[in-house]
Amino acid sequence: MTKRHDSPNYMAIFYWLFGLTVVEVAVVYMPLAKMLMIAMLVSLAVAKACLVAMYFMHLRFETRTLGLIAVTPPLLLVMFVLVTYPDTAWRLFTSWAAH
Amino acid sequence: MSQAAALEHGYEIEPAESPLTPESWGKLGMWLFLAGDAMSFGGLIAGYAALRFADANWPVPSTILGVPFTAVMTFLLICSSVTMVKGLEAIQHGDRGGLRKFLALTALGGACFLGMQAREWTHLITHGMTLTSKGLFSSTFFVLTGFHGCHVTAGVIYLLTVLANSSKYSEDNYNAVEIAGLYWHFVDLVWILIFTFVYLI
Repeated sequence: MTKRHDSPNYMAIFYWLFGLTVVEVAVVYMPLAKMLMIAMLVSLAVAKACLVAMYFMHLRFETRTLGLIAVTPPLLLVMFVLVTYPDTAWRLFTSWAAH
Repeated sequence: MSQAAALEHGYEIEPAESPLTPESWGKLGMWLFLAGDAMSFGGLIAGYAALRFADANWPVPSTILGVPFTAVMTFLLICSSVTMVKGLEAIQHGDRGGLRKFLALTALGGACFLGMQAREWTHLITHGMTLTSKGLFSSTFFVLTGFHGCHVTAGVIYLLTVLANSSKYSEDNYNAVEIAGLYWHFVDLVWILIFTFVYLI
């Protein structure tokens, strides 16, 4: 057996996840501008996903290369979104301008 | 061949690379599977977002879907992730009874999640929402939550097989528990994203 890291404080992570979920649901019922609300919800969700990956999946205690493997799919997703969305936005814009 | 013999023949033995997951190859295998699975989910979520972005008449999800109900489902899945790590912690300290208790609780949490999802789908379908009834809104909803639900179903079966084999595990042999945990936390992680993108935004 190789050396084992000490377990992180799992209950603290749980309280964070629970608290952030409550904030998320509260944000939905707040009278906020749509873009601000989306920005807040996405950041909260990404924060929660990172907590799960770093502590529950122990990514924080793994080798750097394993971390690189783990961030590859999200990075590809961001690239995919950046490449395809301007196209959708442009088509929306031209159909709006035509009216 | 010994190193001396190798040098005699004029070439050097390459030093073995240190594996990415020194504990077990299975863990690396699970991480690679999860990276691939993340791309499947990522493609579905990005496709969903692109379709929604392009549709000015997309309904506000909270007017059709039950946000408080699914918030409870989210809470259940987060709880089951905690019981999973608690189970791993127990077996790392040689507590097999604790492992069994927490694995059973985790599987129960997953099963309750599935029950609630079945309840939600039944409610929506009996109220007239089918794969095609509300256009892309309902198709993307059923595909995304259904694909995730299949993962939870597989996860519950996976956890039960680990539970059935639990007599094998000890403080020196817990890799299989950790690997099952990776899958379970990944399913939880994906639900956190789906809950935000499909129900809240």
